[in-house]
Amino acid sequence: MTKPLAEIQDLYVEARTDSGRKVEIIKGVSFTIQEGEIVALIGESGSGKTTIALTLMGYTRSGCSIAKGKVLLGGEDLVAMSERDRQKLRGTDVAYVPQSAAAAFNPSYRLIDQVVEVVGIHKLMSKNEARLKAIELFRALALPDPEHIGDRYPHQVSGGQLQRLAAAMALIGDPQLVIFDEPTTALDVTTQIEVLRAFKSVMRKRKMAGVYVSHDLAVVAQIADRIIVLKGGEIQEEGSTQRILDSAQHPYTQELLAAFQPAPFVPPQLVETEVSIRRPVLEVTGIYAGYGPLQADGLPLKTVLRNVSCKLERGRNLGVIGESGSGKSTLARVIGGLLPAVRGHVQLNGRELDPRVSGRSKEELRRMQIVFQLADTALNPARSVADILGRPLAFYHGQKGAEQEARVNELLDMVRLPRALRHRMPNELSGGQKQRVNFARALAAKPDIILCDEITSALDTVVAAAIIDLLKDLQQELGLSYVFISHDLATVQSICDEVMVVQHGETVELLTNDQLPDGARHPYSKLLFSSVPKLDTGWLDSLPAHPGNPDR
Amino acid sequence: MNQTPLLSPRFGLRMNAVGILSGLIVLFWILVAFVGPSFAPHAPGDIVDFDFFGPISSELWLGSDYLGRDIFSRILLGTRYTVGISFAAVCIACFSGVVLGMTAAVIGGWFDMVLSRVLDALNSIPSKLFGLVMVAAIGSSIPVLIVLLAVIYTPGSYRFARALAVNCNTLDFISVARARGEKTIYLISQEILPNITGPVLADFGLRFVFIVLLLSGLSFLGLGVQPPNADWGSLVKENIGGLAFAAPAVIAPCVAIASLTISVNLLIDNLPVKIRDRA
Repeated sequence: MTKPLAEIQDLYVEARTDSGRKVEIIKGVSFTIQEGEIVALIGESGSGKTTIALTLMGYTRSGCSIAKGKVLLGGEDLVAMSERDRQKLRGTDVAYVPQSAAAAFNPSYRLIDQVVEVVGIHKLMSKNEARLKAIELFRALALPDPEHIGDRYPHQVSGGQLQRLAAAMALIGDPQLVIFDEPTTALDVTTQIEVLRAFKSVMRKRKMAGVYVSHDLAVVAQIADRIIVLKGGEIQEEGSTQRILDSAQHPYTQELLAAFQPAPFVPPQLVETEVSIRRPVLEVTGIYAGYGPLQADGLPLKTVLRNVSCKLERGRNLGVIGESGSGKSTLARVIGGLLPAVRGHVQLNGRELDPRVSGRSKEELRRMQIVFQLADTALNPARSVADILGRPLAFYHGQKGAEQEARVNELLDMVRLPRALRHRMPNELSGGQKQRVNFARALAAKPDIILCDEITSALDTVVAAAIIDLLKDLQQELGLSYVFISHDLATVQSICDEVMVVQHGETVELLTNDQLPDGARHPYSKLLFSSVPKLDTGWLDSLPAHPGNPDR
Repeated sequence: MNQTPLLSPRFGLRMNAVGILSGLIVLFWILVAFVGPSFAPHAPGDIVDFDFFGPISSELWLGSDYLGRDIFSRILLGTRYTVGISFAAVCIACFSGVVLGMTAAVIGGWFDMVLSRVLDALNSIPSKLFGLVMVAAIGSSIPVLIVLLAVIYTPGSYRFARALAVNCNTLDFISVARARGEKTIYLISQEILPNITGPVLADFGLRFVFIVLLLSGLSFLGLGVQPPNADWGSLVKENIGGLAFAAPAVIAPCVAIASLTISVNLLIDNLPVKIRDRA
């Protein structure tokens, strides 16, 4: 057997907590990477996948250290090596593509200077040669206008382009091993395809080995040769991509696979008798809204929403789907009164609502609650869970003291959180727990409608599936209606009766659940729906080239 | 990172050696401000030495000043003025600055614009010059000094708090509170303030130091605390003639000013860290 390119042997990584206690976060992981092979590390957040990937560069995040084990790269042990020697390897033997390229680029330097920086550090070639090489890489990565794109600044290119530029930065030193840390997680599905395709063709052509860190099995299925499933810092299962997809052995892997196929949509069974009255609980008509000063035509400088209308019946769910920048979150802000519409109406139970929060009555506000995407920023980090949930109770229902406490406990039960969590601060909760608290706060008001703005997007597949199940259960119990904003077709499909496709702030198409995804007629809806990765290793290659990408 | 925890984690707090030492010095001066004069060996106005700028002796612990008065007793008395006036001024300055700053950030629009420009205008006047003119116009008394120092340092505090609050204001939990229908008072006191307390406290300490220095400066120019009372700044001014003789009378108040300001600075840089241990 040939010698592997990289090998991790019995690796233990430990972290120090604030009080000086040591916690093992990686517990005896071993695996190998052959030349030209792409290995995927998959698992939920906190499973240690990024930590392991970083050790391949001999790097641990601050506060962490490698306690035991070997990390061999080309036969040399990175753990035993001095920092100076490790630095020599980074960029030339092993390179890293970060999750958020937007955060990885310095906004005040031109892209090309940042891409060729590695070459300068290791003195590999002259600046001109490096530029030519970068341009060649830009072309290989299917970036538009490869000769000149490097002269731009990071904010002048799109997210997908930036992610490919980050890959170019990693590839310029001709590394043998490239580490991709969730490089497409922050991208829209349509962009994700282009980026994945570019990565795959470049890696294949240059016969580079790669480690692909992700929590998305479908993405991994497109690019990896082998999958390693991690949980709690230990390897759960390892095998070729095809085998993992077809015959996963470990229960956790099966759970991951199951989460990927969301439960089929079942229209909510309404117990109430008033079902016969089909009265829309929320009606939005002809909304125009945006940012900046009003222009001569009466529209704001940057008009985000144009003539958007939708209707939501009691006990039903409306999905709003589109890519980032399509105006779907703005719609939630307009309905919630945070961004007053310049034209159009929002009606709640047939009554016209003031465009601004300040003009709405407390009762009107109570009936409609918003849940934001990022629970990290949606929960005040300085207040405990009990305070966060207690405030809407005091504000809308005047509940205090023991009464409030009882209701907080009830809410925690509702969102399936242990009652002991009430004294925790938000940063002491996991991502899924935070999102549950975030949702419980909306429930505290006893609303009729909950506007869910991408509430599962930042969560792992398994956790997101659990949240969706929770939403469905609570809908049954409490007779809620959801406006469900998302870019993820699978989640929308599993919960919404009707789906509105939005592009550039305009309604493209309105589809009922049974028309999804094949009933779409508009080309944009079709493109959006076909871009959702499938659990099939041949899916990416079988797709026709993106019509909007002239280079391919 | 490698500072050893000295304070036991009994309270869930940890503080390093520098923090504890500077904290003790600050505590010492606060104590002196309250009870110092009752421990003074001589009355601050009494001429106890026939020589002026006398050296350190067992009788006069820090020597005598330009009139032969006991400088140790005078420093003990001066602490009250320096620490008291500065503390009162910094409280007023930071309270008004922080409240106005948070309000401006939350309300925004014209309110923010007008308030910011007005305070910017105030900020653009050199502080010492402004102090000189105001004291010359109104005359110097302790209340005037407190208000004056507070007015001079409010714009800075406002700017600082507003910058912090603007960042905080864009976060989703503020949007949630707004969508809930919360009023400005709730937004600033319950949602924003708890998230900016750390930096605001640090700013409070720093501003206190500035005020001590400005007050000492004004007193040095003869516009601060008026005789027969004396704060540390006026002690330096009175005895500046002793510099040529290396008299302890001029060095001691300088050391007092330095020890207080440096300790406050070190203290706010090394505030106790709350221990958070999740696992």
